[in-house]
Amino acid sequence: MEKRHIEEHFYKILMMLSAAVVVASLGLILATVFIKGLPALKLDMLIKTPQGGYYIGKGGGILNAIVGSLVLGLGATFLALLVSLPVVFYLHLYLRRNSKRAVAVRFFLDVLWGIPSIVYGAFGFTIMMFFGLPASLLAGIITVALLIIPIMSRSMDEVMRMIPFELTETCFALGSTRWETATKVIFRQALPGIVTAILIAFGRGIGDAASVLFTAGFTDSLPYSLFKPVATLPLAIFFQLGTPFPEVQDRGYASALVATMIVLFISIISRFLSKRFTKNIVK
Amino acid sequence: MLYKTHISVKDLNVWYGEHRALKDITVNIPDKKITAIIGPSGCGKTTLLKSFNRLLELEDGVRVNGNVLVDGEDINDPKIEVTRIRRKMGLLSQKPQVLPMCIYDNVAYGLRLHGLTDKKALNNIVRHHLEQAGLWDEVKDRLHSSASKLSIGQQQRLCLARGLAIEPEIILGDEPTSALDPFSAEHIERRFLELKKSYTIVLVTHILRQAKRLADHVIFLYMGELIEHGPARQFFEDPKNAKTKAYINGQFIEANNDGAR
Repeated sequence: MEKRHIEEHFYKILMMLSAAVVVASLGLILATVFIKGLPALKLDMLIKTPQGGYYIGKGGGILNAIVGSLVLGLGATFLALLVSLPVVFYLHLYLRRNSKRAVAVRFFLDVLWGIPSIVYGAFGFTIMMFFGLPASLLAGIITVALLIIPIMSRSMDEVMRMIPFELTETCFALGSTRWETATKVIFRQALPGIVTAILIAFGRGIGDAASVLFTAGFTDSLPYSLFKPVATLPLAIFFQLGTPFPEVQDRGYASALVATMIVLFISIISRFLSKRFTKNIVK
Repeated sequence: MLYKTHISVKDLNVWYGEHRALKDITVNIPDKKITAIIGPSGCGKTTLLKSFNRLLELEDGVRVNGNVLVDGEDINDPKIEVTRIRRKMGLLSQKPQVLPMCIYDNVAYGLRLHGLTDKKALNNIVRHHLEQAGLWDEVKDRLHSSASKLSIGQQQRLCLARGLAIEPEIILGDEPTSALDPFSAEHIERRFLELKKSYTIVLVTHILRQAKRLADHVIFLYMGELIEHGPARQFFEDPKNAKTKAYINGQFIEANNDGAR
């Protein structure tokens, strides 16, 4: 065989192997979580909060963590959205494409994206100390919002980059202000991507343990106040897996299954929603 | 001057970074005539067109100096409200760019922007302009379906309707027929000939025959310089400049690009 053909085959196989790694990782993770978690997953776990002695194997469930994570995730996502949308509108409609300021903002977002979440946790903790705020739902929401702002903004940014410049130009030519262009046209065109970005950020937010470790604390009760600690799924998993009791560890896997299902569910919804919003999109 | 002037360009220079795209352009665009801007690709045709409604300033590293007067008003004056200037001009771009909304809303967009909310009035104006664009019969049953589902030719006619709905004084066309099928292209050309009774039309084109068919006045640019301009008949039949002569005869351009197609 010719050298070129060998080359072609070699790289093709390499690419297929890489793709296989991706598929297999998801498959194996799901399989592990299912095999280890499913037998331990009882209805009680989903509808009860931990009773006394839950962590040594007595009755109860992780409803506190499920509800806590959802509330915290929703709050943080909402807060992050309030920051991310203006940032991307600013980047795309008020700044020129490659202006120094736009380049700087993108660079900072990328750096923020790369910062480990434990650092966000520590930073959040310092800020809390400064304001005398205890570990609480509010502190958790703020910290997780900071963690997911770069993810959300940069995902939206990439979506907006795909929008043809001519569309923006057309809006201006019709006499729109920048704000009108952003909200009446660009937002619509980018909506499917914006929805996806929001859900990706939400998924990241409810799955992160390190950022909420010091800031949100943990509690066995359901969240009822912004200023009280709140339980989260990642920490519930961590605590249960950390006990020496096999039946509690199994519940840890069951909790991991719940967390994974929530994220999986969100991904599926995001696909579904972005399809629905493509109706009027200009291709 | 034979004509009344609508847009008056004085010593206009445009730089993209280090590249000087327009060099000391001074020219008058006559009122209620079709003015064609011709020249090979990259000669600054579109740049000149976009300098009229200040779309250039959206791009990176653009510097404009010199004056563009529309109705005697310097549009680059910092005190000018740019949306008011742009509203005076409807733009048709090379590739029709519909808005991500339904057909009806595409035409109504500009009207709503400028404060019209009365439903009945909107309906009437939208219908009127769709009829004028020869699109009404094709879309009347699906006014609320997505505009992006229309064919390219229909989209361009929709863009024309949308532009005219806000009652501009000037129509700017940036090679508006180049992406269209012959039928739609002919429709747009016919519309331009009707529209010049009430609008000033500036048309960038690289199709010489189109310029001959439509233009009353021709501006010839080459490498950012204004080589020659004048009434169409004189321009085509008795060009003064050697470069113009060569371009019209398709000599020096065809060798290196498709500009004289």
